[in-house]
Amino acid sequence: MTKMEATRDGYGQALLELAENEKVVVLEADLGKSTKSLHFRKAYPERTVSCGIGEQNMLLVAAGMAASGYIPFASTFAIFTERAFEQMRNGVARPNLAVHLCGSHGGTHTGTDGSSAQSIEDLAIYRTLPNVTVIHPSDSVSTRLLTKQLASSNSPSYMRTARNKTPVLYENASKDTIKIGKGVELKEGNDIAIIACGVLVSEALKAAESLADEGINATVIDMHTIKPIDTKLIDVVTKRCGAIVTAEDHSIIGGLGGAVAEHLSTTNGAPLERIGVHDRFGESGQADEMLELMGLNATHIATAAKKAISRK
Amino acid sequence: MKGHPCWPSSVGDTMTTVDELREVARICRVHIVDMVYRAQAGHPGGSLSEIDLLTALYKTQLNVRPNEPKWGDRDRFILSKGHASPGMYAILAEMGFISVKDLESYRVLGGICQGHVDMKWCPGVDFSAGSLGMGLSFGMGSAIAARLDGSARQTYVMLGDGEIQEGSVWEAAMAAAHHELGNLNVILDRNRIQNDDFCETQMRMFDIPAKWRAFGWNVMEIDGHNMEEIVNGLEFLSNSNEGPSILIAQTVKGKGISFMEDNPSFHGAAPNDEQYSLAMKELGVSQ
Repeated sequence: MTKMEATRDGYGQALLELAENEKVVVLEADLGKSTKSLHFRKAYPERTVSCGIGEQNMLLVAAGMAASGYIPFASTFAIFTERAFEQMRNGVARPNLAVHLCGSHGGTHTGTDGSSAQSIEDLAIYRTLPNVTVIHPSDSVSTRLLTKQLASSNSPSYMRTARNKTPVLYENASKDTIKIGKGVELKEGNDIAIIACGVLVSEALKAAESLADEGINATVIDMHTIKPIDTKLIDVVTKRCGAIVTAEDHSIIGGLGGAVAEHLSTTNGAPLERIGVHDRFGESGQADEMLELMGLNATHIATAAKKAISRK
Repeated sequence: MKGHPCWPSSVGDTMTTVDELREVARICRVHIVDMVYRAQAGHPGGSLSEIDLLTALYKTQLNVRPNEPKWGDRDRFILSKGHASPGMYAILAEMGFISVKDLESYRVLGGICQGHVDMKWCPGVDFSAGSLGMGLSFGMGSAIAARLDGSARQTYVMLGDGEIQEGSVWEAAMAAAHHELGNLNVILDRNRIQNDDFCETQMRMFDIPAKWRAFGWNVMEIDGHNMEEIVNGLEFLSNSNEGPSILIAQTVKGKGISFMEDNPSFHGAAPNDEQYSLAMKELGVSQ
């Protein structure tokens, strides 16, 4: 049976492992139990800054600490990071201070909390900021590895994690497999390239299985880094497959699909279908129900793949 | 008031008298008017209201090294009201962080004196300002960092009075008191005017000292143009180590230039030729 874990747990584990670096500090806005920074807080309370329910303050306290030589990891729900967007823009990205912001509970997969907690625009808005790396890992292992890599970065980042459990895809993966800025080819095929991120990577793998039953060989890419996006890999799979589907639990505007479309517009291109939230808000429902309602699961991805192939 | 008790200067072993502070502030006022006149843009009012405070802060309190602006254990000064950059550039030039010639780059493409102070552009600037309500949070971060480092370095943040209408200032005020940051000090430039009009018209703030006290801060009020009071007030800040402290300085927007004083029109407007000549005359500059 497939091992299931939430990516936010990978984040919490990484913070603990990073603690041996005394410059690593953690900032919370009352949601450490949810974002999983609580493990660090319990073990290293002196290096954890409670900012109360005040995200704007948290981002800039982190910036001030980064400017004084610390490596701050600040987290809250993805949706509430957006409240501090201008702080991220003017106070962190503009002076290029290496603050690492993590938004947990991203996407409609967040589930029954409903639309107020389901960020579907975070990847898009942070992607517009110069200097900011944007990451959305697919499983707990890659989340842990990517978070640890961020600690040695000299620029700021935004990472989205998910609330609910998803299959562990990289049980025995090494840090050489998972690198910031490098997409991972999980399956190689010649007919269609499915480029996915976050919770939809496992859905993309399921879609590839069902497509294989119909004689369609799909490439599946885990594009965990949305910015800078791995354009070399996009070019390789575009040439090989000639048609692309992007899949993300995020608005079809401006996220992974937007980034891939922008890149394809500078090349000879290929038919592109985007799986994502179609310019609407979510509602309360179980994670799998939300993926079905929003048109994001393996069935939808497989249908989109066939449509893209038909447009070749 | 020659012969008044002296304070150790942060630069070298010299002593600085209030008369000397007043003279440095006068020269800074000349720089401020020059910069804004040359650029035909910028914010003279808030620069003139803050400059006595900045002069005394840099000359009597800040432990900084103009020839080593990134020295790790320097005191931090954060100009949160970053539009009042001419005031900061003026004192940075008088301290030797930048040259008087550099002041000509104010608002000029590629110049180190950006429209709003920017740590990526100008030596001696520790915060990239321009968006109000951000500096206190940033200062809180540098104060926590100092505590973690076991360093006695202090952080000073200058806020405008209009600026404290931003809600995030109060997030930071609450958090700084919660974390008992005795090394965090605020100077509030209470010049009573903001962009569009008098603060009293735009957003009444009622009893400002009471608000800060209620948030858990040590509070002292002074006349922000009286050098003796300013120096005493800065001593209060550096001596108050039980929790964060704020010096509320009553100031006059445009102080020192008669037609700019208490005039909302000179929050963000440059003088014309005639006004420039008059200003220089009032500042004792022969032309």
